[in-house]
Amino acid sequence: MIAHSNRQPLLTLGAIWLLLLALPEWLPMLGGYMALGTRVVVLGLAAMSLNFLLGFTGVLSFGHAAYFGLGAYGTGLALKLFTHSTPLALLLGVLLGGVAGALLGALIVRRRGVYFAMVTIAFGQVFYFIAFRWNTLTGGDDGLRGFERQPLDFGVWTADILHQPVLFYYFVLATFALGTGAMGFLLRSPFGRTLLAIRENERRARFLGIPVEQHIWLAFTISCFFVALSGGLNALLNNFADPTMLNYTQSGEIVIMIVLGGIRSFWGPLIGAAVFVVLQDYLSSLTTNWMSFLGAIFVLMVLFFPRGVLGSHWLEVVRSILFRLRRLGAQRGGSA
Amino acid sequence: MTDLILFNVTNGLIIGAFYVLMALGLSLILNLSGVINFAHGGFLALGGYVAYTIAPFVGFWAALLISPLLVALLGLIIERTMIYRLYGRDPLYSLLLTFGLAFIFEDVTRAVWGATGLPFTVPAFLSQPVSSKFFFVTEYRLFMVAVVALTVGGLFLFLRFSRLGVRIRAGTLDLETVSSLGVNVRALRSFNFALGIFLAGLAGVLAAGQIGLEPTMGANLLMPSFVAIIVGGVGSLPGTLLGGLLIGVASGITTVFWPSASEAVIYVMMAVVLLLRPRGLLGEEGLLS
Repeated sequence: MIAHSNRQPLLTLGAIWLLLLALPEWLPMLGGYMALGTRVVVLGLAAMSLNFLLGFTGVLSFGHAAYFGLGAYGTGLALKLFTHSTPLALLLGVLLGGVAGALLGALIVRRRGVYFAMVTIAFGQVFYFIAFRWNTLTGGDDGLRGFERQPLDFGVWTADILHQPVLFYYFVLATFALGTGAMGFLLRSPFGRTLLAIRENERRARFLGIPVEQHIWLAFTISCFFVALSGGLNALLNNFADPTMLNYTQSGEIVIMIVLGGIRSFWGPLIGAAVFVVLQDYLSSLTTNWMSFLGAIFVLMVLFFPRGVLGSHWLEVVRSILFRLRRLGAQRGGSA
Repeated sequence: MTDLILFNVTNGLIIGAFYVLMALGLSLILNLSGVINFAHGGFLALGGYVAYTIAPFVGFWAALLISPLLVALLGLIIERTMIYRLYGRDPLYSLLLTFGLAFIFEDVTRAVWGATGLPFTVPAFLSQPVSSKFFFVTEYRLFMVAVVALTVGGLFLFLRFSRLGVRIRAGTLDLETVSSLGVNVRALRSFNFALGIFLAGLAGVLAAGQIGLEPTMGANLLMPSFVAIIVGGVGSLPGTLLGGLLIGVASGITTVFWPSASEAVIYVMMAVVLLLRPRGLLGEEGLLS
């Protein structure tokens, strides 16, 4: 039993990394293109970072797009204005988003539940309006242009991540590995276990003498740092950043990726991101009304699969749908 | 200069009146059911568009009443089929559900009425300026403020003196006790939801006459309404009223001195309030925090 439960995560881990590392091989065969795969990894990192807070600390932020977007703008502006080093620009973007998260987190941290969600949403919008209005710096509504990711110089070899999508994919994947590795490590540490304790029973954790607010603030800040990292990668991917990345609709999309994949699972959000990104790409090429379909996915997801793709017991889901249909039929039959 | 400030304060009060109608509806639903209704802006836009469609047949005055009622009916249907399932669950789920609904609303509005803005004509006698000195105070603006004031006054009287209103307020404080006293809580929540949506629909019709129709008109008013609720204090309807007017005026005054910060200023206000008085201006300690 114990051996089994120890082996399974290793198997999952191996399978996921094998698939990710071999992605440039198998994705084109399925008709995907490299930028799509890269976007899945980037948004997967965003979703996993938010899930550090949502799934493992049990606190709902609906405003993480702000820090995602700040990471993007920070990285883009750094490349545009004062550096030719991609990693340095990324680092500056991460700092911008992370520090903003740390500051606002201190204001938010005493709120709980619905109230916490509302305050995070509302604060997230500040940065949207700043990016929207500060034309001279951010390009306003048109978005930030005029920067390109720069080749990585390793001395003996230069990786041209600008012109070779596969190389850029591996750069993103390496960053993703660093980010998820750090979060996985934190969750296994005593600090991470304390977060789980707060999620499970905040009052008990408080009675045990755990400084709850301080822990939630730390979790919020860490989550903001990593979400800013993925935002920076997103800016590098598109060589572009625009205000919609900071808007609350973006936050909602990140949250739905988490719920799609399974909120209690470490890797679930990555799968949710894959499903979401591919579906969005497909739907928007198929119909102009893709927003309705996306909305319908939200609604159906919440009503029928609240535990996500990984968390659902599929047999139960099918059974409950059948049961509801039968009951509906019985009601119709009864009233006729 | 004083004229300019007066102009923008009036403007701010009018915008604030929209925020108040919208935020009061959101607040009613949030207080009794613990649901943040992201689709509220969608209902608002729908209210405006439905009025636009039916006004040529029934006239402006009837549209002003019928459109919000139709939208409230739609709200009632959505509440009874979907949202009620999520009461008592993690707020995450109702948030995502209404978020998805907001997407659908905006898209359907765009598909039916088009993405470009539409003008909404108000009766001619309402579009005259009151006097040549105060050219910016059209009668429509006065009319709008009067409608909002009447509605808000009516709502507060209803909540204070009617049996149903008292039950709604009691349910906000302790739903379990209200339920055990024999009140049908499910029906109460449905009615309350529809009432909130009615206010959104009404705000939509009024906004249509003032700023015109656009599929995103409601979504643009949603965030300031959140801020109004937080500034005024979550759980307090008078607080929401105060918060809505305050941020309207604040953003109006900022327009004079630093136009591009007129949207951001309300969030700064919110930060200051949260820092100095975390429960909001009129909020009660402990409620929903």
